[in-house]
Amino acid sequence: MPRYATHVLEPPERRTASAARLRLVIQLEGVTKHYPRSNRPSTEDINVFIDKGEFVFFIGPTGAGKSTIIKLLLREEVPDKGKITVGDIDVTKLRRWKVPAYRRSIGCVFQDFRLLPNRTAAENVAFALEVIGKPRSVARRVVPEVLELVGLGGKEHRYPHELSGGEQQRVAVARAFVNRPLLLLADEPTGNLDPDTSIEIMRLLDRISRTGTTIVMVTHDSNIVNQMRRRVIEIENGQIVRDQARGVYG
Amino acid sequence: MRAKYVMSEVFLGLWRNISMTVAMIITMAVSLTMLGAGLLLYNQVDVIEEYYQTNLEVVIYLERDVSEEVTAQIESDLKSSEYVAQVEYESKEDAWKRFQETFEKSPDLVASVSAEVLPAAFRIKMKDIDDADELIAQFADREGVYQATNQKEILQQVFDILGGAQRLTLIVALVQGIAALMLVANTIQVAAYSRRREVAIMKLVGAPNWFVQAPFVLEAVFAGVIGALFAFGTLIAAKIFVIDGQFADLFSLMPPVEWRSVLLLLPILAGVSAVISAITAWITLRFNIKV
Repeated sequence: MPRYATHVLEPPERRTASAARLRLVIQLEGVTKHYPRSNRPSTEDINVFIDKGEFVFFIGPTGAGKSTIIKLLLREEVPDKGKITVGDIDVTKLRRWKVPAYRRSIGCVFQDFRLLPNRTAAENVAFALEVIGKPRSVARRVVPEVLELVGLGGKEHRYPHELSGGEQQRVAVARAFVNRPLLLLADEPTGNLDPDTSIEIMRLLDRISRTGTTIVMVTHDSNIVNQMRRRVIEIENGQIVRDQARGVYG
Repeated sequence: MRAKYVMSEVFLGLWRNISMTVAMIITMAVSLTMLGAGLLLYNQVDVIEEYYQTNLEVVIYLERDVSEEVTAQIESDLKSSEYVAQVEYESKEDAWKRFQETFEKSPDLVASVSAEVLPAAFRIKMKDIDDADELIAQFADREGVYQATNQKEILQQVFDILGGAQRLTLIVALVQGIAALMLVANTIQVAAYSRRREVAIMKLVGAPNWFVQAPFVLEAVFAGVIGALFAFGTLIAAKIFVIDGQFADLFSLMPPVEWRSVLLLLPILAGVSAVISAITAWITLRFNIKV
């Protein structure tokens, strides 16, 4: 068993107030979400504070409520109790019509890539700019840059089915990152990838994290967690059972 | 660029679900044709009413053996009445002449009626035909008056028929309209399902709601406008081939259905159809695409 010192959660009050405002990207305070009529995983009194630029793993068994947290952060769901703040936005009080604008500050990567099959890599990335009304000139300039960054230079015009799984996930990461979001959510991004490819994706996420982007990643992959040695939050039955800086899968 | 994307999505969506699209357009066209016909009838009733308002007469028939003094008294009373615009005396001879002219084509009938039978009468143009009952009440029981009649009552039957036809068209329009809107809702559901990937991704990257919804709403609007065009075409054809064509004699009894009022139906039908389709699509989307 690896030894780990349980990370003592620092409530924001202990920091100096201005520092807290500047640095905290995610605050979950007493967040509770139940699904009374389904057996979807619920969460119970979750308290988490995540700084700007942090790389955080959420781990735990299937059905523990990890993905529910992602849904809450994306404001696909609204908690029954508690408060969620991302950046300076109180997500729990966010009006419906303001949700799209809020989501532009968040990038998302999923296990199943979620690319449009009838669009090339470059078009998939450009789509994210297009639908939020960025002019085409911006896309022409930014898309090749970000594809280069994720290591897909030269494959801009391939369709998803012409790319390997790892390459498709790179496209997805590029799409998530192209708007330079404050926060990048990754829900099992390596779930469909072989170990070597997974490590490449993790290197990519690590590079993005170093640009100051906060990354929250839900995963089952113990190898990755153990190699990365970042903050680990373990969830079981909807509750946090461990919150540890530079943790391992355990 | 965004407009181009939206338009290509609209046509792709309609094409992918072509049989439903066609069904939707046909039901809409039928509904709108009926609505258009109903509106024309409504307009027609108005026109007829206005037409007869100025031409309808109250006729006061006199007893056959009425004296000249009584006739003169009635005439002067009529002329001084506040309801009356114009009084015309029709003697027995005038009445006989008019009878002969009216039934020119039925010589047997004319032969069977002698000039003596027909009464003299006052033909009265009213200032307002709606006051006819009051005038009739004043004169019906007077000495020398055989009968006072109001032509409006005869016309009432024509109005009843037109009103019935109008109600029928509007009921058919309503029933077909409901069917059309259900098809719109269904089409939108299918479209939303077949495009769920795009929709999910759009929402993920923060596309504004109107942008996510626009292709679906425009699909419904497009179908609605096409349906209106078909309905308009049908009404034009009805005007040319039925009203002015085969049944021209029948329709010549009433004031003509004017081209102006037929043409006016295009913007009305297209507008009604587009707005209602858009609202239906939008409501359907609120249930099918959650934020």
